[in-house]
Amino acid sequence: MAATLLMKKMRSGAETARTMLGFHLWRRGLKTAMRQQEVLPDLPYDYNALEPVISAEIMRLHHQKHHQAYVTGFNKAMEQLNSTSDPQTIVALQSAINFNGGGHVNHAIFWQNLAPPKEGGGEPPEGNLASAIESEFGSLDKLIAKMSTTGAGVQGSGWVWLGLIKDMKRLTVETTANQDPLASKGLIPLLGIDVWEHAYYLQYKNVRPDYLKNVWKVVNWRDVAKRYDSA
Amino acid sequence: MATCTSSLFYGPRLLPLSGRRSSPELSWRPQQVVLPMAKFELRTPPYALDALEPHMSKQTLEFHWGKHHRAYIDNLNKQIDGTDLERKNLEELVKLSYNNGNPQACFNNAGQAWNHDFFWSSIYPGGGGQPVGEVLELIERDFGSFEEFAKEFKAAGVSQFGSGWVWLILKDAKLSVLKTSNALNPLIWGYIPLTVVDVWEHAYYLDFQNRRPDYLNTFLDKLISWEAVAGRLARAKAFVNLGEPTIPEK
Repeated sequence: MAATLLMKKMRSGAETARTMLGFHLWRRGLKTAMRQQEVLPDLPYDYNALEPVISAEIMRLHHQKHHQAYVTGFNKAMEQLNSTSDPQTIVALQSAINFNGGGHVNHAIFWQNLAPPKEGGGEPPEGNLASAIESEFGSLDKLIAKMSTTGAGVQGSGWVWLGLIKDMKRLTVETTANQDPLASKGLIPLLGIDVWEHAYYLQYKNVRPDYLKNVWKVVNWRDVAKRYDSA
Repeated sequence: MATCTSSLFYGPRLLPLSGRRSSPELSWRPQQVVLPMAKFELRTPPYALDALEPHMSKQTLEFHWGKHHRAYIDNLNKQIDGTDLERKNLEELVKLSYNNGNPQACFNNAGQAWNHDFFWSSIYPGGGGQPVGEVLELIERDFGSFEEFAKEFKAAGVSQFGSGWVWLILKDAKLSVLKTSNALNPLIWGYIPLTVVDVWEHAYYLDFQNRRPDYLNTFLDKLISWEAVAGRLARAKAFVNLGEPTIPEK
């Protein structure tokens, strides 16, 4: 009788251990799954808030279709990554992860980099960023001209950036191809202008320089300054 | 497409004898002299700009051909003006300026000029559907079935991240699908292109916006010219032996 009771106790102990282990694994799995799921961030303004510089139609497509596709693609690729341990599969997934992940990262910055004029869009920067721009480029106008020319010269799809060389705290203008994030060049992104055709085509058609001339009216320099100060 | 242009030139010209049997007089007069100049021209597509409606709009053609393609040609001409690249034909120029992976400044414009020419000739009003004859046989030989080819072609199109092109090429005497980015094309690797679809966003954004898969479906269902593929394949056979080489008897 005692032996039976003892065995029962042992059984329940093992069962308990298995149940606890199962619970922890389930929780870890849930955490892993939750960590990997990226979500499309909301725009900090309405779709028509950047008119007439960027049309509501473009903003809607750009946010709800293009950015969403990067988020969905990234989550899918990460799910596939987490469900395999085969090195060949892992390596094959890298380009999808980089492309979609980069697209997500870049656009999340981009939406914050823009603002409607009534919320500061187009207002010149102040403070540390303003002095840094002056000392590095001579004036805000010269920086704008440089970024516009550089952006117009990007072949194919990509971005033009105002980036920060962290250890020297120095500003620089740089471009990235496709959805490569600026971090891939070892720089901190402060301001990115999307020069993929989807960013302007419906409104400006082939005239990318016109888009680049006008986009400065909605650049949120306060956000750029915040990134500069906290870098 | 080298053209000759004529230009005014002040030079000596013999005047007709005016009744005297002495040496002819020379006079400095303006005269026409033909100076060869290699200047590429924007060729019009082999159909009207609205002929591909509703699958590819007139507006798209007006911008894609009338602005983008025209700009590549104009900028290319400016870039090669006065250089030794001026005398090359476009295909030579593409291969030369690619420079084995270290492209020269004019490669982008040269590649894009060639690619767009090839693209306009690869589509036709009433196009789409399936090929017949030898093209279909080769597709079935090298892809398994037409459906398999279509699947692979469209998959290449949606997975070309950023700007680029998707080609059906003849490589090592076999058909295959190739995707290239930006201005690259199969000529630079010595492959023979048979057809192409432009997947730069400007090619489809006015008609399809972000829906590149729909554009690719429309390209295969309604636009692609299999006659053009057959013609290019026939020309390719002058250089490539598609079957097993046979040793003639006696």
